[in-house]
Amino acid sequence: MSNTDFALAVEDLTVSFDGFKAIDALTLYIDKNELRVIIGPNGAGKTTLLDLICGKTRASSGSIKFKNTELTRMAEFQRVRLGIGRKFQTPSIYENLSVFQNLEVSYPKGRSVFGALGFKCDDEVRARVQVVAQDIHLADKLDTEAGLLSHGQKQWLEIGMLLMQDPELLLLDEPIAGMSPREREMTAELLQRICQNRAVIVIEHDMDFVKQIAHKVTVMHQGKILAEGSMDKVQSDPKVIDVYLGH
Amino acid sequence: MTALKALIHRYQLASLLVLTVLLAVVLPLTLDIFRLNLVGKYLTYAFVAIGLVMVWGYGGVLSLGQGVFFGLGGYAMAMFLKLEASDPVTTKIQSTPGIPDFMDWNQLTALPAFWVPFKSLPFTLLAVIAVPTLLAWIVSFAMFKRRVGGVYFAIITQAVALIVTVLIIGQQGYTGGVNGMTDLKTLAGWDTRTDSAKYILYYLCVALLVGSIVLCRWIQTGKAGTLLLAMRDKEDRVRFSGYDVANFRVFTFCLAAALSGIGGALFSLQVGFMSPSFVGIVPSIEMVIYAAVGGRMSLVGAVYGTLLVNTGKTFFSESFPDLWLFLMAAMFIGVTMAFPMGLAGLWESQVVPRWQQWRTRRAPVTVAADIRGQQA
Repeated sequence: MSNTDFALAVEDLTVSFDGFKAIDALTLYIDKNELRVIIGPNGAGKTTLLDLICGKTRASSGSIKFKNTELTRMAEFQRVRLGIGRKFQTPSIYENLSVFQNLEVSYPKGRSVFGALGFKCDDEVRARVQVVAQDIHLADKLDTEAGLLSHGQKQWLEIGMLLMQDPELLLLDEPIAGMSPREREMTAELLQRICQNRAVIVIEHDMDFVKQIAHKVTVMHQGKILAEGSMDKVQSDPKVIDVYLGH
Repeated sequence: MTALKALIHRYQLASLLVLTVLLAVVLPLTLDIFRLNLVGKYLTYAFVAIGLVMVWGYGGVLSLGQGVFFGLGGYAMAMFLKLEASDPVTTKIQSTPGIPDFMDWNQLTALPAFWVPFKSLPFTLLAVIAVPTLLAWIVSFAMFKRRVGGVYFAIITQAVALIVTVLIIGQQGYTGGVNGMTDLKTLAGWDTRTDSAKYILYYLCVALLVGSIVLCRWIQTGKAGTLLLAMRDKEDRVRFSGYDVANFRVFTFCLAAALSGIGGALFSLQVGFMSPSFVGIVPSIEMVIYAAVGGRMSLVGAVYGTLLVNTGKTFFSESFPDLWLFLMAAMFIGVTMAFPMGLAGLWESQVVPRWQQWRTRRAPVTVAADIRGQQA
């Protein structure tokens, strides 16, 4: 296996569910500080790929390396502790807790049982919550129960919970689904801001949004990579037009 | 002053204080020692109920085998007491004097090796907590690490309850079988059957119960408590925030087991015997009903639930012994359907808002100031 300087190196990755290969010998490299968008028709294996990287699904074969550490045999929480953050397709937040608590719980201290028992919400934690809440436009909603937020705000909150961990690789599954045009704009701006010091992989369907944020686009089809490159290059690729954009 | 108010609010000290006054002052003054001893017995079940609040209410994992841990703590204590009650002088008519009577009846001629350490009181006190915790750790570690939860976990705990009961009943020579361990008289030479001893044991029980509630409340209000709630609702989100979900569940389950063990030991001390009828499936489910009636999210509520159900049980089973089980089943179904958060939930949703309304109507200005004070 190669030793690379990439933030993430996925090589020859395969996962099969009862013989069906959802991801088929896929190889993908993500640079540090890169914002990569993955597009593709339904069932192309985009979400499965993120599941494999964060550990929700186990790979059948192949390798996933994050900062040259092999991930495939690691438990989910260990991958998170290495610096991988995952946002799910439907906003996954703690509806019964306040926005503040949602962010506080995501703070990467006191992660063991006894660590959590001894954890004190000190000024450092509060300051960090403040900063992140500013970033995700929820600074005035800290005491609100998270379940009462709008759909778009829930999406932001989940991104904020990941930012609390200051991950080096962010995996975002459809971050603007269900957002208003104004919220989309603010999210695009947010993503551009937060990819400064980290690599980000975004799955998205909205082409205008993709154009706005992507450094590089990967098109997936039937568990394989169909095309990769800049948005313009990908859009003019006849294979891509055939399976996806043309329809 | 505001700091003190915040502390009172955080630990729900007002409701705990009311409970403490009820248990430590009102009941001892109004009940005779026979009834008070009964209350003391009920309170030992309350240890299990507050453990269930942690595991079931906060952790979201229903255990139908808490009787096992209650029993293990109770048996550990009973073994010590039984050994003390079986000195060679009192047991001189046995074919082997100096061993517990039920061993003699079962043709045992020497004390089994695992009984020997229970001659020591410090070892026994340690075992009261350690043995239930250890078993809870083994069961829960094996289950939670494999992500077994929900109904499956409940079924497995029920199976454990059945297995342990069968084991205790089957190994008559070592455990006293279905009769359990009876005739427990003294604790390190102190006669536990006198009225004054019963008072002391009752107060010990109340003190330990209040201490346990404070401990659980401290866990609930900290990060671990928030995480438990988070795990109950969005397990994957917690996992992908870098936490080993299983470890937190194992911890909570072990905590509940340790509390149950303490309850069991206090039962043996106050009631003077221990038997498999407190270990099996039926008592384990009864204990869940206590927590459900009281409110599975409220520690103090669980204590009231335990007291209420058991008082009902005592009164009804004295007059209508056949009807009681049906009544209890009806109560469980009624509570889960009509007010799923139990008595504590009723209090929160019905009584508290009305009280606040009444206060607002009486003195709108002071209340408004009060609310502003709380927010600041």
